[in-house]
Amino acid sequence: MSERRSGPMMRHGQGMTVEKPKDFKKAFKRLLSYLKPWKNKMILVTLAAILSTLFNVVSPKLLGDATSSIFESFTSGSSIDFDFISRILLLLIGLYILSSLFSYIQQYIMAGIAQRTVAQLRKEVNEKLSRLPLRYYDQHSHGDLLSRAVNDIDNINTSLQQALTQIINSVISIIGIIIMMLVISPLLTLVVLVTIPLSLVVARFITKFSQRHFVKQQEELGTINGHIEEMFTGHQVVKAFGHEKKSISEFDEINDRLYQSSWKAQFISGLMMPLMGFVGNLGFIIVSISGGLLVLNGSIRVGDVQAFIQYTQQISQPLAQAAGIANMIQVAIASAERVFTLLDEEEEIQEKDTSVKTDSLKGHVSFEHVKFGYEPNQPIINDVSLEVKEGQTVAIVGPTGAGKTTIVNLLMRFYELNQGSIKIDGVSLTDMSKEQVRSLYAMVLQDTWLFNGTIRENIAYGNEGATDKDIENAAKNAYADDFIRTLPDGYETVLGEDATNLSQGQRQLLTISRAIIAKPKILLLDEATSSVDTRTEMKIQKAMTELLEGRTSFVIAHRLSTIRDADIILVMKDGDIIEKGSHEELLSLNGFYADLYKSQFSQSESAS
Amino acid sequence: MIEMLKHLKPYRTKLIFVLVFSLAAILFELYLPTLMADIVDVGIVNQDVPFILRTGALMLFCSFMAIVLMVGVSYFASKVSLGFGRDMRRKIFVHVEHFSLQEYEKFGSASLITRTTNDVKVVQDVINMMQRMMTRAPLMLVGGVLLAVSRDRYLSLIFLAALPVLAIVIFVVARKAIPLFSSLQKKTDRLTLILREALTGIRVVRAFNRVDYEKNRFNIANEDFRDTGIKVGKLMAFMFPIMLIIMNFTNVAIVWFGAIRIEQGDMQVGNLLAFIQYAAMILMSLIMLSMAFIMIPRAQVSAKRLNEVLMTKPLIKDPINDEISQDEVGLIEFNSVTFRYEGAEKPVLEDISFVAKPGETTAIIGSTGAGKSTLLQLIPRFYDVESGSISIDGVNIQNMLQSTLRGKIGYVPQKATLFSGTIAENMRYGNDQADEAEILAALKTAQALDFVEKREKGMNSKLEQAGSNLSGGQKQRLSIARSLVRKPKIYLFDDSFSALDYQTDRKLRDALKQETANATILVVAQRVNTVKDAEKIIVLNDGKIAGIGTHTELLNDNTIYQEIVASQQNGEVGA
Repeated sequence: MSERRSGPMMRHGQGMTVEKPKDFKKAFKRLLSYLKPWKNKMILVTLAAILSTLFNVVSPKLLGDATSSIFESFTSGSSIDFDFISRILLLLIGLYILSSLFSYIQQYIMAGIAQRTVAQLRKEVNEKLSRLPLRYYDQHSHGDLLSRAVNDIDNINTSLQQALTQIINSVISIIGIIIMMLVISPLLTLVVLVTIPLSLVVARFITKFSQRHFVKQQEELGTINGHIEEMFTGHQVVKAFGHEKKSISEFDEINDRLYQSSWKAQFISGLMMPLMGFVGNLGFIIVSISGGLLVLNGSIRVGDVQAFIQYTQQISQPLAQAAGIANMIQVAIASAERVFTLLDEEEEIQEKDTSVKTDSLKGHVSFEHVKFGYEPNQPIINDVSLEVKEGQTVAIVGPTGAGKTTIVNLLMRFYELNQGSIKIDGVSLTDMSKEQVRSLYAMVLQDTWLFNGTIRENIAYGNEGATDKDIENAAKNAYADDFIRTLPDGYETVLGEDATNLSQGQRQLLTISRAIIAKPKILLLDEATSSVDTRTEMKIQKAMTELLEGRTSFVIAHRLSTIRDADIILVMKDGDIIEKGSHEELLSLNGFYADLYKSQFSQSESAS
Repeated sequence: MIEMLKHLKPYRTKLIFVLVFSLAAILFELYLPTLMADIVDVGIVNQDVPFILRTGALMLFCSFMAIVLMVGVSYFASKVSLGFGRDMRRKIFVHVEHFSLQEYEKFGSASLITRTTNDVKVVQDVINMMQRMMTRAPLMLVGGVLLAVSRDRYLSLIFLAALPVLAIVIFVVARKAIPLFSSLQKKTDRLTLILREALTGIRVVRAFNRVDYEKNRFNIANEDFRDTGIKVGKLMAFMFPIMLIIMNFTNVAIVWFGAIRIEQGDMQVGNLLAFIQYAAMILMSLIMLSMAFIMIPRAQVSAKRLNEVLMTKPLIKDPINDEISQDEVGLIEFNSVTFRYEGAEKPVLEDISFVAKPGETTAIIGSTGAGKSTLLQLIPRFYDVESGSISIDGVNIQNMLQSTLRGKIGYVPQKATLFSGTIAENMRYGNDQADEAEILAALKTAQALDFVEKREKGMNSKLEQAGSNLSGGQKQRLSIARSLVRKPKIYLFDDSFSALDYQTDRKLRDALKQETANATILVVAQRVNTVKDAEKIIVLNDGKIAGIGTHTELLNDNTIYQEIVASQQNGEVGA
């Protein structure tokens, strides 16, 4: 639930409550440090921005001069000074071209900088993810991590690309325009500047009003998403109990509330643009009237009025945008903060391969006084010792949620022991690098993870150096070759997202192929009991049995035959290994296993 | 996207208001430069101060009207776009509620959830933007040109030159930009996909030491995304300056040719000023239009995903008439039923015939994947049979309304699904008339009363979403109690006792027996001891019936049943 809530959909709303960064300055500085490699280019961008804006600021005055000249000749009845006008116009053309050119240069360079900076950041995040311990993944939802790596970085990108250049342009525009206006007429400037606080007041007013509805909208959005999620995931039950109508009517209720608050929020915030336009027009009118009057008493010229009008238009834009830019920057810095928090998480220690020759290890596994807890002060495995000889099968049994994957976590060194050691042929796991440890195993989990690539690539995942022949042999041994060949593209079939174009059983067979090709010393298996058709089920069983043969293996067991035939059974409950031994030994203990066995597999006492 | 626009039909009137109001507002706005021209041409030239003030007042009026109209536009546009969002969300939701499991599984919950929430929002936002920006631009264009022509026909020829140039620029850029934006969208999706895969498969990735492989895969996608992003950025970097140049050159041309016309006495200076304003207005609106490029490809993807859902027609439909059986006891008959999942080469169930009688328990046993759950799910018509028929009390279930059919059934699924709300609310899920005593009785039968009463607020205590504050066994017992509250004629238990310990299982089944004495009970189970007391046991193997009989009968002559029993019965430990 929280996974999706905090995920993609919530972040990019319009103008809703802007999340404030905790330490703006710190995050901002750190974000700036990412721009350091582009220092020279950034200077160039700034320079280009200044030049482009300056030329832009000068041109209305020049255009106004041309108009004034025309007007004066017109009112005085003399003929127009085309020489003067053509000179000004040629100068203007030159300025326009230069201004556009510099603006192009600025945008062009900035596009590269922004994308590259962000790509760098994204790469760092990804590499960070690969160095984080598994504990981190178990404690954080995928939705949250994804949202940091995708949405947050996207926010940073937008603001780098837009806000940064906009700030430069706006600041220079505003300063430049005010100077130009002052030069033309201080009095008229004063008149125009009166409208500026007005627009700020309008903006504040609107934001204050719409905020309430945005907050409400956000709440209702949360409620409706929750309802949708609950109804969809419980689809079968909703149908079975004929609750479609009720579920729809409840949906309608929330949906309508959502509509009420959201259209109001949208309406009020949508007033921003026309109201700002109105304030702009007010400036325009004031300039027209007072300009007209000033022309009459001869203190300014007509062209100056025209220039002023253009200036009021030009200045209102950066002002109107200011609020938007400020928001954008806040969002971006808050995002940057989240990304940096991720980048600062404690990493797994990176280890170098040791001199241990993993090839010569056989697969004799021993647990020596193993103590472990996910929380250091809450040990769940207390002092377990165990000898698993080469080729033996260990069955791990226990009710759902008993922590059967803990054993996998420890064997794979996904988590480190608190005390004691696990040794393979006498070599402690900690005397090898994690990579070396993991190269000893192959794992087939219930969750049949495959990635968006061809079947061939997916099988080869288990062994980097695998040839095509190896891949096909592995598939044959896993009884997967048959069905692969019936697919239109055979081994080159690209698996869809979450491998939806294959059945659950077929995916299982592919994960078995992947394990076979890894030629592991030790196997970790999770006997899946997912719904697959009988033929595939039989194939899976056969493939698994063959995979197990002669190999040390740890099996999270669901089948009675596997459990009974296992050399050692580990019984888990509430995270701890509470019993261990062979089937007979455990039954004679008459403990938890005996109970479990009776309730799950044996007939009731009255039967025998 | 175009398909989506069809859903705007109910908002036709409001859309017309948006258009009319925008047009009127634009006309008022466009009138401002003309008035300003009058100030120059009449007021200043004639030194007429009252005229200047009068015209100023008129300008104020015009811009006031414009803002009033724009408020109207904002009002109607918000109502249209959010109304669309509400309707679309509802359409998708209602549509999905009518999906049978077959259609439902085609998409999966996660995908359906994002479609109903996220994708609807994306399309809704674009519709909002379209109304505000995309109507404004063409109207501004038309209005501006018309007014320019009315002021000075000859000078407006400049627009005739400038507009096509601008149009060509926009067209050329759009032709390059739209595919680039679509590809950028795809590359974002790809990046997210790779990242998500790396997250969900973290154990596999690390177990097979393929961290570097994943890094590489990500880097390729990341660089690909970056390069397209740069391309887009550069294209946009080109677009805005070039538009600015066209706009400014238009100004230069206006001043130059205006000067010539003024010299010839064909035009007044004020018009020159007005024209420069028109140019700015028209071109600005076109620039705004071009910004819409960014939104559309994104909306297109979402619109397509919404359409996919809407285009998927539920296969299971209600008959026109609800056929009512003579005598409602809950007799279930399967007549050579065959069923296969869509696209499967092999049927899951083949030629299944049996009768389940009221007052009897019919148990279905068989190995994983034998088709037991599927068989149960055919009864409430979660799926439709491929051939053969299922009837209840003599009426084919396909001739009943789904609500009538499911009203007869208390279904307890394999995975106990509960909803947020109190325990009592959950209990009333199948029967909202149930009173407290009935609920208590059901909880008692389902062996759930103990732990419910232990909670502070008893059956009025809240369950977290999906009952996450309960254990698996507790959820299962509540799920059973829920079906008991319904007091149906037929009970379907799909391996519903699996999370219970042995003692509770036993007690529950004894209590159930008394409670449901007259009902027809179908039980799917894997454990022999759950089924052995049943009046009838059906042995399923590989989708076919391998035998029907009582425990003793089957033990005598059914090899498959013998095998199942043998595999579960441990010779030494009969206990």
